[in-house]
Amino acid sequence: MAAKSDGKRHTSAGNLSFRGWRRENGRVGVRNHVIVLPLDDLSNAASEAVANNIKGAMALPHAYGRLQFGADLDLFFRTLIGAGSNPNVAAVVVIGIEDGWTKRVVDGIAHTGKPVVGFGIEGHGDIATVAKASYKAKEFLHWASELEREECPISDLWVSTKCGESDTTTGLASCPTVGNMYDKLIPKGITGVFGETSEITGAEHIAQARAIDANIGEKWMKVFQAYQDEVIEAHKVDNLMDSQPTKGNIAGGLTTIEEKALGNLEKIGRNCRYIEVLEPAETPAAGPGLYYMDTSSAAAECVTLMAAAGYVVHTFPTGQGNVIGNPIVPVIKISGNPRTVRTMAEHVDVDVSGILRRELTLDGAGDALIDMVIRTANGRLTAAEALGHREFVMTKLYRSA
Amino acid sequence: MATPHFLVHSPKDNVGVVVVEGLRAGTDMLGVITATDKTLTLKASNDIPIGHKVALKPLKRGDTIIKYGEDIGRMTADAAAGEHVHVQNLKTNRW
Repeated sequence: MAAKSDGKRHTSAGNLSFRGWRRENGRVGVRNHVIVLPLDDLSNAASEAVANNIKGAMALPHAYGRLQFGADLDLFFRTLIGAGSNPNVAAVVVIGIEDGWTKRVVDGIAHTGKPVVGFGIEGHGDIATVAKASYKAKEFLHWASELEREECPISDLWVSTKCGESDTTTGLASCPTVGNMYDKLIPKGITGVFGETSEITGAEHIAQARAIDANIGEKWMKVFQAYQDEVIEAHKVDNLMDSQPTKGNIAGGLTTIEEKALGNLEKIGRNCRYIEVLEPAETPAAGPGLYYMDTSSAAAECVTLMAAAGYVVHTFPTGQGNVIGNPIVPVIKISGNPRTVRTMAEHVDVDVSGILRRELTLDGAGDALIDMVIRTANGRLTAAEALGHREFVMTKLYRSA
Repeated sequence: MATPHFLVHSPKDNVGVVVVEGLRAGTDMLGVITATDKTLTLKASNDIPIGHKVALKPLKRGDTIIKYGEDIGRMTADAAAGEHVHVQNLKTNRW
């Protein structure tokens, strides 16, 4: 059942805070996962066996990691190391088919100061590797389970956004609700991010104008144009109808990419300006504020990249009912479509359909979302977490060698 | 205020969005422009699903459709005021 849109509890005080785990590097997490991270597709079986042995450890299986090269390999490592480094993760066991790249991931995560260890399968086989890795995962789990949450200012919270299975109600209700949240919390020092490069087509003039200055706006436009030229124009066979907008978007009443893009951009509110343009999975380094990340508009790919950049809570507006989750980051679903709220209630965390009936103001909806963001940060499981949605999906730039 | 049948983002828009389920042709609809809170009325020419667009005035093939006060594409067929606007008569300018 979706939570009621009251939302005054944490917002009336003025000084917002939440209870999270402050990690070795000073970043704050809102979950306390011990993860088993496969380097590659071949190591999924051993990683899942460890997670099966050690209850409470979680494997993050994925499809890639072999024979990648160049920018695609860089992105792969950034994503994997970023996931392990995310402050929602307390400790990491890495398993890879061989020792070299396994060590590269372990060393990358070790920069955070958190416990991390790696195991290579070659020369040992799955069974011995699973045994060794299981003892280590159990040790990490005991350690992590005694770590305590502490009171943290809202400025320690990194909140990402990306919408999915959008329809016209997302542009009217759920996306501007996220925008209202950012308009209120960015000035309080949180770190935010939006992305979805293809999905700004038709609203690029608006997106460029929302940069903090002309240089960042030009940097953004170069990223946008590169995606158009190198991805869309290079590979399209038609006008992308049914792909972007998707079949679900069209069923929900969205007709063109321009219409979808304008609704999408409602997520950055009225006042926020983005301060930097990030590569996919790149960690923000310019301080608190709103960032843009060059991502695909596919939900799981985008949320995985934002999680790898270090965001710890995700806000996800949906119209037709995208059910996505993420293994390490709680994904809060916001919907303003009354039919979706009724027919898919178990997936919706914040019901803002009252906006369409003119019963709920945008200001009230934004407060309700802030309330849910803080409750989620404090430990409330999202619908996606309760339903076991753990979509961990790498972005692949081109075929492996 | 009574619950509206459709919402309009901007006073510049020539389409609105139906926000009630099961809207039938012939319904005298109440609309609200969200930017200004101004109300308007319109008779629905078709059954229009929730979330789908309705023409606020007569639209000709080739007309630019404005939503959020911005260009969202071009009409590929005429539509009367109150008629359903979607993939059968509206197309992107891009890609």
